[in-house]
Amino acid sequence: MSDFEPGKDLYHVDIAPGDVHQDEGETTEGVTSYLIGLGLATLLTIVSFFVSGTTLVWGPSIPVALSVLAIAQMGVHLVFFLKITTGPDNVNNVMALAFGVLIVFLLIVGSLWIMAHLNHNMMPMDQIMQMQR
Amino acid sequence: MTTFEAATGRDDPNRVARTASGLASKRILVGYGFWIFLLSDIIMFSAFFATYAVLVGQTAGGPGGQELFHLRTVGLETACLLVSSFTCGLANIGAQTYNRIWFYSAMAATFILGAAFLGLELREFADMIAHGAGPTRSAFLSAFFTLVGCHGLHVTAGLLWLLTMMAQVFAKGYRADILRRVLCFCLFWHTLDIIWVGLFTVVYLMGAGQ
Repeated sequence: MSDFEPGKDLYHVDIAPGDVHQDEGETTEGVTSYLIGLGLATLLTIVSFFVSGTTLVWGPSIPVALSVLAIAQMGVHLVFFLKITTGPDNVNNVMALAFGVLIVFLLIVGSLWIMAHLNHNMMPMDQIMQMQR
Repeated sequence: MTTFEAATGRDDPNRVARTASGLASKRILVGYGFWIFLLSDIIMFSAFFATYAVLVGQTAGGPGGQELFHLRTVGLETACLLVSSFTCGLANIGAQTYNRIWFYSAMAATFILGAAFLGLELREFADMIAHGAGPTRSAFLSAFFTLVGCHGLHVTAGLLWLLTMMAQVFAKGYRADILRRVLCFCLFWHTLDIIWVGLFTVVYLMGAGQ
Protein backbone atom coordinates (compact mmCIF):
# COMPACT_ATOMS: atom_id res chain seq x y z
CA MET A 1 0.00 0.00 0.00
CA SER A 2 2.82 2.36 0.78
CA ASP A 3 4.34 2.25 -2.69
CA PHE A 4 1.01 3.03 -4.34
CA GLU A 5 0.86 6.58 -5.62
CA PRO A 6 -2.67 7.79 -6.30
CA GLY A 7 -3.09 9.89 -9.37
CA LYS A 8 -0.14 8.41 -11.12
CA ASP A 9 -1.32 5.11 -12.52
CA LEU A 10 -5.06 4.82 -12.19
CA TYR A 11 -6.22 8.41 -11.96
CA HIS A 12 -5.09 11.38 -13.93
CA VAL A 13 -4.28 14.58 -12.11
CA ASP A 14 -5.52 17.76 -13.74
CA ILE A 15 -3.05 20.53 -14.43
CA ALA A 16 -3.49 24.24 -14.79
CA PRO A 17 -3.17 25.80 -18.26
CA GLY A 18 0.37 27.07 -18.72
CA ASP A 19 1.75 24.43 -16.36
CA VAL A 20 3.73 21.45 -17.52
CA HIS A 21 3.10 18.10 -15.93
CA GLN A 22 4.72 17.82 -12.53
CA ASP A 23 6.91 14.88 -13.53
CA GLU A 24 8.45 16.68 -16.48
CA GLY A 25 8.88 20.11 -14.97
CA GLU A 26 12.55 20.21 -15.92
CA THR A 27 13.92 23.63 -16.78
CA THR A 28 15.63 22.59 -20.01
CA GLU A 29 12.52 20.88 -21.34
CA GLY A 30 10.43 23.92 -20.57
CA VAL A 31 12.87 26.22 -22.36
CA THR A 32 13.07 23.82 -25.31
CA SER A 33 9.29 23.88 -25.65
CA TYR A 34 9.22 27.69 -25.63
CA LEU A 35 12.07 27.78 -28.18
CA ILE A 36 10.21 25.41 -30.53
CA GLY A 37 7.11 27.58 -30.14
CA LEU A 38 9.05 30.75 -30.85
CA GLY A 39 10.66 29.21 -33.95
CA LEU A 40 7.39 27.92 -35.39
CA ALA A 41 5.52 31.15 -34.62
CA THR A 42 8.28 33.24 -36.24
CA LEU A 43 8.22 31.04 -39.33
CA LEU A 44 4.42 31.29 -39.66
CA THR A 45 4.51 35.06 -39.12
CA ILE A 46 7.15 35.55 -41.82
CA VAL A 47 5.18 33.37 -44.23
CA SER A 48 2.03 35.39 -43.44
CA PHE A 49 3.72 38.71 -44.17
CA PHE A 50 5.30 37.28 -47.32
CA VAL A 51 2.02 35.82 -48.61
CA SER A 52 0.12 39.07 -48.02
CA GLY A 53 2.30 40.99 -50.46
CA THR A 54 3.17 38.35 -53.00
CA THR A 55 1.98 38.03 -56.56
CA LEU A 56 3.17 34.45 -56.81
CA VAL A 57 -0.18 32.96 -55.78
CA TRP A 58 -3.63 33.55 -57.19
CA GLY A 59 -4.99 36.77 -55.64
CA PRO A 60 -8.36 35.62 -54.24
CA SER A 61 -6.65 32.73 -52.45
CA ILE A 62 -4.51 35.05 -50.31
CA PRO A 63 -7.14 35.74 -47.58
CA VAL A 64 -7.78 32.01 -47.27
CA ALA A 65 -4.05 31.32 -46.98
CA LEU A 66 -3.69 34.07 -44.37
CA SER A 67 -6.58 32.64 -42.32
CA VAL A 68 -5.06 29.17 -42.39
CA LEU A 69 -1.65 30.52 -41.35
CA ALA A 70 -3.22 32.55 -38.51
CA ILE A 71 -5.16 29.56 -37.18
CA ALA A 72 -2.02 27.44 -37.37
CA GLN A 73 -0.07 30.06 -35.44
CA MET A 74 -2.80 30.28 -32.79
CA GLY A 75 -2.49 26.50 -32.44
CA VAL A 76 1.28 26.81 -32.03
CA HIS A 77 0.78 29.43 -29.31
CA LEU A 78 -1.78 27.27 -27.50
CA VAL A 79 0.41 24.18 -27.52
CA PHE A 80 3.88 25.60 -26.89
CA PHE A 81 3.13 28.75 -24.88
CA LEU A 82 -0.12 27.99 -23.05
CA LYS A 83 0.71 24.26 -22.84
CA ILE A 84 -2.77 23.13 -23.83
CA THR A 85 -2.30 19.52 -24.88
CA THR A 86 -4.55 16.60 -25.71
CA GLY A 87 -3.35 14.71 -22.63
CA PRO A 88 -5.85 13.31 -20.10
CA ASP A 89 -4.71 15.87 -17.50
CA ASN A 90 -5.85 18.68 -19.81
CA VAL A 91 -9.45 17.62 -20.52
CA ASN A 92 -11.02 20.49 -18.56
CA ASN A 93 -8.84 23.12 -20.23
CA VAL A 94 -9.58 21.72 -23.71
CA MET A 95 -13.32 21.54 -23.04
CA ALA A 96 -13.38 25.18 -21.92
CA LEU A 97 -11.35 26.12 -25.02
CA ALA A 98 -13.71 24.18 -27.29
CA PHE A 99 -16.71 26.01 -25.85
CA GLY A 100 -14.92 29.34 -26.28
CA VAL A 101 -14.10 28.54 -29.90
CA LEU A 102 -17.74 27.58 -30.53
CA ILE A 103 -18.99 30.92 -29.18
CA VAL A 104 -16.36 32.86 -31.15
CA PHE A 105 -17.37 31.01 -34.31
CA LEU A 106 -21.10 31.66 -33.74
CA LEU A 107 -20.49 35.33 -32.99
CA ILE A 108 -18.29 36.11 -35.99
CA VAL A 109 -19.98 33.93 -38.61
CA GLY A 110 -23.45 34.82 -37.33
CA SER A 111 -22.76 38.56 -37.41
CA LEU A 112 -21.27 38.45 -40.90
CA TRP A 113 -24.11 36.28 -42.20
CA ILE A 114 -26.89 38.44 -40.75
CA MET A 115 -25.31 41.72 -41.81
CA ALA A 116 -24.65 40.47 -45.35
CA HIS A 117 -28.32 39.45 -45.66
CA LEU A 118 -29.47 42.80 -44.31
CA ASN A 119 -27.25 44.61 -46.78
CA HIS A 120 -28.63 42.50 -49.58
CA ASN A 121 -32.31 42.77 -48.67
CA MET A 122 -32.61 46.32 -47.40
CA MET A 123 -33.06 49.46 -49.42
CA PRO A 124 -29.95 51.62 -49.62
CA MET A 125 -29.75 54.13 -46.79
CA ASP A 126 -30.14 57.28 -48.89
CA GLN A 127 -33.43 55.98 -50.33
CA ILE A 128 -34.75 55.29 -46.81
CA MET A 129 -33.83 58.85 -45.86
CA GLN A 130 -35.73 60.19 -48.86
CA MET A 131 -38.86 58.22 -47.98
CA GLN A 132 -38.87 59.70 -44.50
CA ARG A 133 -39.05 63.23 -45.79
CA MET B 1 -13.96 1.61 3.74
CA THR B 2 -14.11 0.10 0.28
CA THR B 3 -11.04 -0.82 -1.70
CA PHE B 4 -11.69 2.07 -4.08
CA GLU B 5 -11.64 4.62 -1.31
CA ALA B 6 -8.52 3.11 0.16
CA ALA B 7 -6.82 3.16 -3.23
CA THR B 8 -7.70 6.78 -3.95
CA GLY B 9 -6.84 7.83 -0.41
CA ARG B 10 -10.01 9.83 -0.11
CA ASP B 11 -9.71 10.12 3.65
CA ASP B 12 -6.12 11.32 3.58
CA PRO B 13 -6.14 15.14 3.33
CA ASN B 14 -2.69 15.24 1.77
CA ARG B 15 -3.66 12.95 -1.03
CA VAL B 16 -7.12 14.33 -1.65
CA ALA B 17 -5.52 17.44 -3.08
CA ARG B 18 -3.85 15.40 -5.80
CA THR B 19 -6.45 12.88 -6.91
CA ALA B 20 -9.16 13.20 -9.46
CA SER B 21 -11.76 12.12 -6.95
CA GLY B 22 -11.18 15.03 -4.60
CA LEU B 23 -10.69 18.75 -4.95
CA ALA B 24 -7.93 19.91 -7.23
CA SER B 25 -5.08 21.92 -5.77
CA LYS B 26 -5.49 25.66 -5.54
CA ARG B 27 -2.98 26.27 -8.34
CA ILE B 28 -5.11 24.20 -10.73
CA LEU B 29 -8.34 25.90 -9.63
CA VAL B 30 -6.87 29.38 -10.00
CA GLY B 31 -5.30 28.58 -13.36
CA TYR B 32 -8.51 27.03 -14.64
CA GLY B 33 -10.66 29.91 -13.44
CA PHE B 34 -8.32 32.40 -15.05
CA TRP B 35 -8.35 30.36 -18.26
CA ILE B 36 -12.15 30.69 -18.34
CA PHE B 37 -11.82 34.46 -17.84
CA LEU B 38 -9.34 34.61 -20.72
CA LEU B 39 -11.73 32.70 -22.96
CA SER B 40 -14.48 35.21 -22.10
CA ASP B 41 -12.02 37.97 -22.96
CA ILE B 42 -11.38 36.29 -26.33
CA ILE B 43 -15.16 36.16 -26.88
CA MET B 44 -15.35 39.91 -26.20
CA PHE B 45 -12.62 40.47 -28.77
CA SER B 46 -14.48 38.28 -31.27
CA ALA B 47 -17.42 40.70 -31.00
CA PHE B 48 -15.07 43.56 -31.90
CA PHE B 49 -13.65 41.46 -34.74
CA ALA B 50 -17.18 40.85 -36.04
CA THR B 51 -17.94 44.58 -35.85
CA TYR B 52 -14.76 45.38 -37.72
CA ALA B 53 -15.42 42.76 -40.39
CA VAL B 54 -18.94 44.15 -40.96
CA LEU B 55 -17.78 47.77 -41.14
CA VAL B 56 -14.49 47.29 -43.01
CA GLY B 57 -15.90 48.57 -46.29
CA GLN B 58 -17.74 51.59 -44.83
CA THR B 59 -15.01 54.18 -45.32
CA ALA B 60 -17.44 57.04 -46.11
CA GLY B 61 -15.12 58.34 -48.81
CA GLY B 62 -12.22 58.44 -46.36
CA PRO B 63 -8.96 56.53 -46.42
CA GLY B 64 -9.03 52.71 -46.34
CA GLY B 65 -6.59 50.20 -44.98
CA GLN B 66 -4.44 50.24 -48.08
CA GLU B 67 -3.49 53.91 -47.61
CA LEU B 68 -3.26 53.81 -43.80
CA PHE B 69 -1.41 50.63 -42.85
CA HIS B 70 2.37 50.38 -42.88
CA LEU B 71 3.35 46.73 -42.82
CA ARG B 72 6.89 47.53 -41.68
CA THR B 73 5.57 48.98 -38.39
CA VAL B 74 3.16 46.09 -38.01
CA GLY B 75 5.99 43.60 -38.54
CA LEU B 76 8.05 45.30 -35.83
CA GLU B 77 5.08 45.29 -33.45
CA THR B 78 4.48 41.61 -34.16
CA ALA B 79 8.13 40.75 -33.51
CA CYS B 80 8.12 42.70 -30.21
CA LEU B 81 5.00 40.95 -28.95
CA LEU B 82 6.08 37.48 -30.08
CA VAL B 83 9.51 37.70 -28.43
CA SER B 84 7.94 39.21 -25.29
CA SER B 85 5.61 36.21 -25.13
CA PHE B 86 8.69 33.98 -25.26
CA THR B 87 10.53 35.88 -22.51
CA CYS B 88 7.34 35.82 -20.43
CA GLY B 89 7.41 32.02 -20.63
CA LEU B 90 11.06 32.08 -19.53
CA ALA B 91 10.07 34.30 -16.58
CA ASN B 92 7.48 31.71 -15.56
CA ILE B 93 10.14 28.99 -15.62
CA GLY B 94 12.43 31.28 -13.60
CA ALA B 95 9.69 31.71 -11.00
CA GLN B 96 8.94 27.97 -10.85
CA THR B 97 12.64 27.18 -10.27
CA TYR B 98 13.11 30.04 -7.76
CA ASN B 99 15.80 31.59 -9.95
CA ARG B 100 15.77 35.29 -9.10
CA ILE B 101 18.13 36.62 -11.79
CA TRP B 102 16.38 34.61 -14.48
CA PHE B 103 12.94 35.79 -13.35
CA TYR B 104 13.84 39.47 -13.07
CA SER B 105 15.79 39.67 -16.32
CA ALA B 106 13.10 37.81 -18.29
CA MET B 107 10.36 40.01 -16.80
CA ALA B 108 12.39 43.14 -17.57
CA ALA B 109 12.86 41.98 -21.18
CA THR B 110 9.12 41.30 -21.42
CA PHE B 111 8.39 44.80 -20.12
CA ILE B 112 10.78 46.50 -22.55
CA LEU B 113 9.38 44.60 -25.53
CA GLY B 114 5.79 45.22 -24.46
CA ALA B 115 6.50 48.92 -23.98
CA ALA B 116 8.16 49.03 -27.41
CA PHE B 117 5.05 47.46 -28.91
CA LEU B 118 2.85 50.00 -27.18
CA GLY B 119 5.07 52.89 -28.27
CA LEU B 120 4.95 51.78 -31.92
CA GLU B 121 1.17 51.42 -31.75
CA LEU B 122 0.68 54.86 -30.16
CA ARG B 123 2.94 56.44 -32.77
CA GLU B 124 0.88 54.76 -35.50
CA PHE B 125 -2.37 56.04 -33.94
CA ALA B 126 -1.01 59.57 -33.55
CA ASP B 127 0.18 59.51 -37.15
CA MET B 128 -3.23 58.44 -38.40
CA ILE B 129 -5.08 61.05 -36.33
CA ALA B 130 -2.67 63.76 -37.51
CA HIS B 131 -3.54 62.86 -41.10
CA GLY B 132 -7.26 63.29 -40.46
CA ALA B 133 -7.95 59.57 -40.10
CA GLY B 134 -9.13 59.56 -36.50
CA PRO B 135 -11.89 57.34 -35.10
CA THR B 136 -14.55 59.91 -36.02
CA ARG B 137 -13.71 59.89 -39.73
CA SER B 138 -15.68 56.80 -40.79
CA ALA B 139 -17.35 53.65 -39.46
CA PHE B 140 -14.34 51.67 -40.66
CA LEU B 141 -11.96 53.81 -38.59
CA SER B 142 -14.25 53.70 -35.54
CA ALA B 143 -14.19 49.91 -35.67
CA PHE B 144 -10.43 49.90 -36.28
CA PHE B 145 -9.62 52.11 -33.30
CA THR B 146 -12.01 50.16 -31.05
CA LEU B 147 -10.52 46.79 -31.94
CA VAL B 148 -6.83 47.70 -32.00
CA GLY B 149 -7.19 50.19 -29.14
CA CYS B 150 -8.87 47.58 -26.93
CA HIS B 151 -5.91 45.26 -27.51
CA GLY B 152 -3.57 48.15 -26.72
CA LEU B 153 -5.43 48.80 -23.46
CA HIS B 154 -5.01 45.14 -22.56
CA VAL B 155 -1.27 45.40 -23.20
CA THR B 156 -1.13 48.52 -21.00
CA ALA B 157 -2.92 46.70 -18.20
CA GLY B 158 -0.55 43.76 -18.71
CA LEU B 159 2.50 46.01 -18.36
CA LEU B 160 1.16 47.43 -15.07
CA TRP B 161 0.45 43.89 -13.87
CA LEU B 162 3.99 42.85 -14.88
CA LEU B 163 5.54 45.60 -12.73
CA THR B 164 3.25 44.61 -9.85
CA MET B 165 4.41 40.99 -10.12
CA MET B 166 8.08 42.00 -10.08
CA ALA B 167 7.45 44.17 -7.00
CA GLN B 168 5.52 41.39 -5.27
CA VAL B 169 8.21 38.78 -5.91
CA PHE B 170 10.78 41.31 -4.67
CA ALA B 171 8.82 42.13 -1.50
CA LYS B 172 7.26 38.77 -0.64
CA GLY B 173 9.45 36.18 -2.34
CA TYR B 174 8.24 33.04 -4.10
CA ARG B 175 5.19 32.33 -1.97
CA ALA B 176 2.62 29.94 -3.42
CA ASP B 177 0.04 32.68 -3.95
CA ILE B 178 2.60 34.92 -5.68
CA LEU B 179 3.56 32.05 -7.99
CA ARG B 180 -0.11 31.58 -8.88
CA ARG B 181 -0.32 35.25 -9.81
CA VAL B 182 2.80 34.92 -11.98
CA LEU B 183 1.18 31.96 -13.73
CA CYS B 184 -2.00 33.97 -14.36
CA PHE B 185 0.01 36.90 -15.68
CA CYS B 186 1.85 34.63 -18.12
CA LEU B 187 -1.44 33.15 -19.34
CA PHE B 188 -2.76 36.69 -19.85
CA TRP B 189 0.31 37.77 -21.79
CA HIS B 190 0.30 34.69 -24.04
CA THR B 191 -3.40 35.25 -24.75
CA LEU B 192 -2.74 38.85 -25.79
CA ASP B 193 -0.26 37.49 -28.32
CA ILE B 194 -2.85 35.02 -29.66
CA ILE B 195 -5.31 37.89 -30.13
CA TRP B 196 -2.59 39.90 -31.89
CA VAL B 197 -2.12 37.02 -34.37
CA GLY B 198 -5.76 37.32 -35.36
CA LEU B 199 -5.47 41.08 -35.36
CA PHE B 200 -2.48 41.50 -37.63
CA THR B 201 -3.90 38.92 -40.02
CA VAL B 202 -7.46 40.21 -40.28
CA VAL B 203 -6.86 43.94 -39.89
CA TYR B 204 -3.42 44.68 -41.27
CA LEU B 205 -2.45 41.94 -43.74
CA MET B 206 -5.91 41.53 -45.27
CA GLY B 207 -6.54 45.28 -45.06
CA ALA B 208 -3.30 46.31 -46.74
CA GLY B 209 -3.52 43.68 -49.45
CA GLN B 210 -7.01 44.52 -50.65
